[in-house]
Amino acid sequence: MRHETIEKNINLMIVLIIVVISVGGLVEIVPLTYSSDATEAAEGIAPYPPLRLAGRDIYIREGCYGCHSQQIRPFRSETERYGPYSIAGEFVYDRPFQFGSKRTGPDLARVGRRYSNDWHRLHLTDPRSVVPESNMPSYAWLAEATVDPAEVVAKMRALQTLGDPYTDEQISNAADAVKDRSEMDALIAYLQDLGTNRSSRR
Amino acid sequence: MPAFWNWYVIILTVLFIFGCLWLITWSTQQSPDDVAEDETLGHKWDDNIQELNHPAPRWWLYLFYLTIVFAVGYLVAYPGLGNLKGTLGWTQEGQYEKEMQAATERYKSVYDAFSGKDVVALSQDPAAIDVGKSLFANYCSTCHGADARGAKGFPNLTDDDWLYGASPDAIVATITNGRNGVMPALGAALGGEQGLDNMVAYVRSLSGHEGDPASLAAAKPLFDSICAACHGVDGKGNQMLGSANLTDDTWLHGGSPETVRETVLKGRMSEMPPHAELLGEQKILIVAGYIYSLSHAEKTAN
Repeated sequence: MRHETIEKNINLMIVLIIVVISVGGLVEIVPLTYSSDATEAAEGIAPYPPLRLAGRDIYIREGCYGCHSQQIRPFRSETERYGPYSIAGEFVYDRPFQFGSKRTGPDLARVGRRYSNDWHRLHLTDPRSVVPESNMPSYAWLAEATVDPAEVVAKMRALQTLGDPYTDEQISNAADAVKDRSEMDALIAYLQDLGTNRSSRR
Repeated sequence: MPAFWNWYVIILTVLFIFGCLWLITWSTQQSPDDVAEDETLGHKWDDNIQELNHPAPRWWLYLFYLTIVFAVGYLVAYPGLGNLKGTLGWTQEGQYEKEMQAATERYKSVYDAFSGKDVVALSQDPAAIDVGKSLFANYCSTCHGADARGAKGFPNLTDDDWLYGASPDAIVATITNGRNGVMPALGAALGGEQGLDNMVAYVRSLSGHEGDPASLAAAKPLFDSICAACHGVDGKGNQMLGSANLTDDTWLHGGSPETVRETVLKGRMSEMPPHAELLGEQKILIVAGYIYSLSHAEKTAN
């Protein structure tokens, strides 16, 4: 039968495989990169200030995304627990986004200002001291490590090159903003702002 | 979606569906020089293994056609082809709104039964306490503990000691607007290590712990001039400010000499986040009723 023609001609098969698997991407992904819903910042979303930017990278470095998602789906069971469901415009300055794929711990998309800074400090140092049944590891060393201001400035420059609307003034002030701050300060600053762009939480 | 992308998606999708249809039809056709079914293709291995021409069963082939029928049906019913909305008019937002609407209707009767009741009345209503307990587990237990007994730095809500007052109004205000309790760092104001040690002994003595009389005598004037502004000369605190009562031997951050020393030296920043937006007025009253019931169980039972 004729499928032999394809099966016995590896070059033709490669071309056809590429055609078949690129259709999904061409139809589902390419138009989104031109859709204002996905490329324009939602109300209240701005590029990360220096300390939160540093905190975000600590979040990624420590692999928080392995256990915590940052995407509230439009189901009542999720919005009752976490807050309003996530929309694409909230992630335009996330490179890469932190949707995550597994919830060993709770979703963090709207964790900002739900707990006090002290609570986060205690919880990151010794999670069991505030949540006895927690199986989250301790991140006590974050309090000892300091954020490197030069690195934050370099990251902001890189993001500016990619099109994030940082002003040169913001970048020149960045080093002072993170000077002598611990990695824990940075991570808490990042967490405390997550999802707070929506003033009405319900 | 702008017109260009609309047509881009529609044309690519339709072409792809027709492409699949053509590929299946074309590749399953017999060509004139094909070996007939069940005849050998001429391959032979190990003397006795031959490859015969066995096409896949027909029903298997029809499954491929079925996926195409499904795709067409799906694209007619649901949004998928560019900006076309689909005959069912389904949207993700719409499905969510419907789910919320159904829940509102379902739970309306539960919450209606509580409307108009004040915190004290709610604290005596077993149904309200049940609901309050669930809300507490979701919103409050992370800091105050599942049993509401608190943790270091997070108040125990089951005892009779209240930083901002035990009245229903105070509890509702705390939940609604949150609280910021600030104890400034006073290490520098007490005149060095000795002064600090004396003050720690004095503060603990207010709750009945023994201390060196000379230390206590040395610390008293400093307490009266510095600490009394918030905690009062008698050390009983002030619920208007949320300053702690130091005489009841109940300690938010711990009452050991080391912990009291840390508190005086470095100060404390205690923050309860506001919950007005998270809970809304009615649920706040229900949670307040549950919290009120924890420390007023005996009184309300009578």
